[in-house]
Amino acid sequence: VLVGFATLVGFQLLGEIVARGSGLPVPGTVIGMFLLFVALAVRGKVPASLQKTSSSLLGVLPLLFVPATTGALLRWREVAGDALPVAVGVVASTWLAMAVTGLVFSRLIRDKEKTP
Amino acid sequence: MNSLSTLSREPLLWIALTVGLYLAAQRLQKALGGFALLNPVLIAGAILALFLGSTGIPLVDYDRGGQWIHFLLGPATVALAVPLFNRLHQIRQSLMPVLVSVAAGAVTAAGSAAGISRALGASATTVLSMTPKSVSTPIAIGVAEKIGADPGRTVLFVVVTGILGAMTGTGLFRLLGIRDRRAQGMALGVAAHGIGTSRAVEIGETEGAFASLAMGLTGLLTAVLLPFAVRLFR
Repeated sequence: VLVGFATLVGFQLLGEIVARGSGLPVPGTVIGMFLLFVALAVRGKVPASLQKTSSSLLGVLPLLFVPATTGALLRWREVAGDALPVAVGVVASTWLAMAVTGLVFSRLIRDKEKTP
Repeated sequence: MNSLSTLSREPLLWIALTVGLYLAAQRLQKALGGFALLNPVLIAGAILALFLGSTGIPLVDYDRGGQWIHFLLGPATVALAVPLFNRLHQIRQSLMPVLVSVAAGAVTAAGSAAGISRALGASATTVLSMTPKSVSTPIAIGVAEKIGADPGRTVLFVVVTGILGAMTGTGLFRLLGIRDRRAQGMALGVAAHGIGTSRAVEIGETEGAFASLAMGLTGLLTAVLLPFAVRLFR
């Protein structure tokens, strides 16, 4: 498990170095994810320790968002004056984005998988 | 008593409280039939925010513990590469639909957020701060700074968007007849970034893999294109 964790932190560090060195506008963690993905693709399989660590980390993934959520919710006062447009805007645009993405993908994949 | 009161300025109490509240909220959700609306992240976060707000304990004190949990988000994001790799064959077969639906969804997210809040009379800064709300927090903050929005407000919109997507995603998919697991993952990843992706991982590995991919691509696209789009519309 420790080897798996070291792998993850190592790729995170690598991603952070790439992000800062290249000036790419993407966070180091996301670059680290893609680098690890490439490394796994080259290697051809997931080492057991990495599989174990990532399964347990991803199992508690929602918990890891709680501190950020707490901090964000404490900022509600800053938009209190715009409460209605903000509430409607957030809800409607989130549903629209999910609907458009899901429907476009379903449609394209159905067309693709129908034609051999 | 002095030694007891310093507990609020040490990590232990806050780590225990955060994990404890999350576990309690998760049990509650299960006990009440597993409704996605009873989102444990929202319940735990809201209770903590209410507690801090009512006691006047500063957020920096909470963060002494909170940052330990928050830190693990980094390695956990990297870990999303594993389900992504495990579903590589599925992704390879659907590259074109992935790219097109990410582009359509990302444009819809930013455009409708700005358009709707503007039409309803939100201030210009609020409208701008809404546009990066569908991407994960670090990207959203960077974009908000670049386009002259308020990063603080953006963070709030990002978090609320993510939780809302996680809460209502499955209901919306049922309503619209979106049954394909890959499509559900895509929708959660594009519209609701990491929090939506964590929900997708919960639903299944296929959903999680497509959500991770969608989240990464949406972040990249938004970070690169949104600053140009904002300049164009101004």
